[in-house]
Amino acid sequence: MEIPYTVSTRPDTGLWNAKIGIWLFLASEVMLFGGLFSAYIFLRIDAPPGMWPHGVLNVPVGTMNTAILITSSVTVVLAWASLKMRRYRAYWWYMLATIVCGIIFLVVKLAYEWPQKYDHFGAYIKPEALGKYEQYLGNEYAAEKGLPPRLEITGHLHNPEALKDPNIKEYEVALDPLNAYPTNPSIDRPHFFPLPVTHKIARIEKEDVLRASMFLPTHNTYFASYFTITGLHGLHVLGGVLVFIYMWLPVSKKVYQRNPEHLANRVEVSGLFWHFVDLIWIFVFPLFYLL
Amino acid sequence: MDASTSIATHHDPHAHAGEHHELGFWRKYIFSTDHKVIGIQYGLCGLAFLFFGFCLMMLMRWQLAYPGQQLPLIGKWLPHIFGPGSMPDGKMTPDFYNSLGAMHGTIMIFAGVVPVAFAAFGNFVVPLQIGAPDMTFPKVNAASFWAFVVGGIVMLISFFVPGGAAKSGWTSYTPLAAFADTGPGHNPVFSGQTLWLIGFIFLITSSLLGAINFITTIIQLRAKGLTWMRLPFFVWTQFVTAFLLLLAFPPLEAAIIMQLMDRLAHTSFFLPAGLVVNGAPVSISGGGSPLLWQHLFWFLGHPEVYVLILPAFGIIGEILANNSRKPLWGYKSLVFSVLVIGFLSFIVWAHHMWLTGMGTAVSAFFQTTTIIISIPSVIILSAFFISLWGGSIRFTVPMLFATAFLPMFGIGGLTGIPLAFNSADLYLHDTYYVIAHFHYIVAPGTIFALFAGVYYWFPKATGRKMSDFWGKVHFWPTFICMNVIFLPMFLQGMAGMHRRWYDGGQGWAVANDHTIWGLTGFEWNKPISWGAWIMGLAQIPFIINFFWSIRHGQKVSDNPWEATTLEWTAPSPPPHGNFVTEPVAYRGPYEYSLPGRERDYTMQNEPVDPAERTPRKPPPELVPA
Amino acid sequence: MNNPPDISQDPKEYEEYAHGIQKHVRGYLMVGALLLTLTALTVALSYVDFGTHKANIGIAVLVATLKAAAVAAVFMHLAAEKRLIYRILIFTALFVLGLFWLTLLAWFDYPVVH
Repeated sequence: MEIPYTVSTRPDTGLWNAKIGIWLFLASEVMLFGGLFSAYIFLRIDAPPGMWPHGVLNVPVGTMNTAILITSSVTVVLAWASLKMRRYRAYWWYMLATIVCGIIFLVVKLAYEWPQKYDHFGAYIKPEALGKYEQYLGNEYAAEKGLPPRLEITGHLHNPEALKDPNIKEYEVALDPLNAYPTNPSIDRPHFFPLPVTHKIARIEKEDVLRASMFLPTHNTYFASYFTITGLHGLHVLGGVLVFIYMWLPVSKKVYQRNPEHLANRVEVSGLFWHFVDLIWIFVFPLFYLL
Repeated sequence: MDASTSIATHHDPHAHAGEHHELGFWRKYIFSTDHKVIGIQYGLCGLAFLFFGFCLMMLMRWQLAYPGQQLPLIGKWLPHIFGPGSMPDGKMTPDFYNSLGAMHGTIMIFAGVVPVAFAAFGNFVVPLQIGAPDMTFPKVNAASFWAFVVGGIVMLISFFVPGGAAKSGWTSYTPLAAFADTGPGHNPVFSGQTLWLIGFIFLITSSLLGAINFITTIIQLRAKGLTWMRLPFFVWTQFVTAFLLLLAFPPLEAAIIMQLMDRLAHTSFFLPAGLVVNGAPVSISGGGSPLLWQHLFWFLGHPEVYVLILPAFGIIGEILANNSRKPLWGYKSLVFSVLVIGFLSFIVWAHHMWLTGMGTAVSAFFQTTTIIISIPSVIILSAFFISLWGGSIRFTVPMLFATAFLPMFGIGGLTGIPLAFNSADLYLHDTYYVIAHFHYIVAPGTIFALFAGVYYWFPKATGRKMSDFWGKVHFWPTFICMNVIFLPMFLQGMAGMHRRWYDGGQGWAVANDHTIWGLTGFEWNKPISWGAWIMGLAQIPFIINFFWSIRHGQKVSDNPWEATTLEWTAPSPPPHGNFVTEPVAYRGPYEYSLPGRERDYTMQNEPVDPAERTPRKPPPELVPA
Repeated sequence: MNNPPDISQDPKEYEEYAHGIQKHVRGYLMVGALLLTLTALTVALSYVDFGTHKANIGIAVLVATLKAAAVAAVFMHLAAEKRLIYRILIFTALFVLGLFWLTLLAWFDYPVVH
């Protein structure tokens, strides 16, 4: 006896096996990312004012990546529709477009966005030393305007060896605009186009610093969440891309020739996974980049 | 001979028109995609892990009964296996005790009970019981088994890395778990706790893949005529268990990923600011929350305990009906109760966190849901008891274990009720009372059901029966010892003895300053430990019986228990594809003792005689003349 | 949309079936355009001051939910999907909301200290 309902539908449920299987899998993935999002919510709620950064991610690049992922969702569903209409050539091109979009997304994230963070430096100033660095923090101005306090000095670190060497007593930082001009009203809120690091240098003594590091997962809970969620999401994107590559290679054409509906179903199932990955990004983007 | 009419009775594995070539040894027995082979693989590996976890416990019991003393005979050898930090000169260190405790729990639950109860029995029995040729996704099934093997091996390897295995409890609470096994002399990846986390991810993956398979199979591959309300109760319990695994495990997986990040990338998901470890402030960002770990852990942790008991309910149901020659009483109530348990189990988890300082409103919510969830459990147990009433009971070996299950689970369940109340739990939390409560449910509860299932389905898998005599030799000491071990623990707990004291309470006044039933709390450790070691000996007949009977057990027919469900219509062992022609179900699963029939059982695939369809007439003596 | 007619057996019926799919293609492209527009809207709205930060978060999550609903309903065919799938998803939604909401409740419900 062969296993029934692998391609044709079972009459009372109206579904074929893999369709139920993938939706069950997606349900578990909702719970997985739900667990991560719940961590995000509680860590953010618990962060004291001024400890949760805003505007540290590149919004135009993030927006472009979002658009790329949305486009790939469109191309994959068009790929599936082409298969259902038995147009293999069109399917092949749409599938290739989907794969390319996925790869671009990953490359942008891993080769540009993430490394940008590793090169960015931030030093949290000790509460008792905040007054000393008022010229870079502008907390009086912030309090007047009802803005959250500024507790960190960020920018480009000119002497990275200071992080490891206990003999070096201060950090030499080319300041970000917010720390260079803390009382400038145009920098109160993050900008769409990220402002470049200024040439203004600040020397911060290590004994005034609570914690200093590059923008790594260890820097604060925001980056911990950011790298973990986008990392896990990226792994899912990679997984999807690999599956699509398999469906695009000549080996899948053989499946199509034996039973075209079988390949159409496989593409539908992997397409569902891909849309889910897109769905997660739809929430990740505003929560981390915009808010 | 069995009554199957639609199954070819000769056992030629090539009976179905040679569609596929004969598989080589590796594809047939090792990397098989056949649900029966995978079920047996899960069963053997799971039983091996159960045995290993049991041995860990027996070691712990030495420390509890004779703390600080040299373990005779094997004591000097253990440091050669577990490293010099474990038992120098045969005397247990506190760290090693903690490792034993954490790994005993983890391995028994996740590498022992779940693989055997859910994956092994489920894989072997469910497709046969629903008349299917295999699971819907055989390759995924194989992947799920091998993920389990990898996860289990990683857990075992963790014993042999510097620092030893995880030692922060099976619950791995942070911040302790985040800092355990770190620092000089420890490898960041090859440390006990990190390997525990990594191994767990493989075990979770295995369960998720398995759950998807079970749910889809039960929905899609039921034979013709096998409606939902004609399913054997075992299939229902496996169905709900699969949903629990599917939806409850992922938040823990998320938390495990975050704890890995805390350990490896020095993030602070679960670590608050201001932590001082070994006298020095730690260089982390802080801002995290240990409570977050607890919420995410127990979100799985509670449904997990229902994962442990529901398959047991299913197995017991099958065996009770079969050995009382009566249908299960209250089939609809049983199904409804299992569904309600499944749903409610997701919203009771904070009853494991009564001592974390939550306020009265949310505490009241969880207390309420916890009490409500006890209702369907009582319904199920009551239905089982009532099922016996008026039955023609025969005490086969499976039935011995099944009838013992009932009062044992009763004790376990009822003793949970005080724990459901925040106020009572303030005293009982983290005491031996809790250990006794949950062990009564899992040990003489679930594990008895697993033993019952092994004796019951062994003939279907091998075509031979295990020895009845040695089955009884296995049962009686095990049953008695279970009570010797766990009953006194309630008293120890109520006296105030805590869990996870590596000296068994020797250094604590509350365990030494008064007696309960003649012995101090600490002194009770001795009879409990002896009970555990004797129970260990009592498993030897089972192990020998099991392996010996595979080749030399008494050969039996395809339906030696004269049971009614579809798996007994297939040959023993069933060939690849299970059924030659598609089975059809005409009846419910427990048509025992139908009036007017020659045999006291009617199989599910036996067509319904038109004469049977007449409306029920009252017996003549009740009709007025 | 399942069990399409076999093209070798019923070429004419198959043509009708393929034409039906073609109509859906327009829908996919329109939803794609809608999603891109909503993305731009999300970004734009994030720079508008709605009073409290919570309001901004609320609005962004609302737009995100609309986008997610469009992807689910159209791309993932949920709008036309079978009851069984809905049932699975309803329970998932309930449990994930339970995870969020109950943990949130526990987070802030500290005993009153007098």
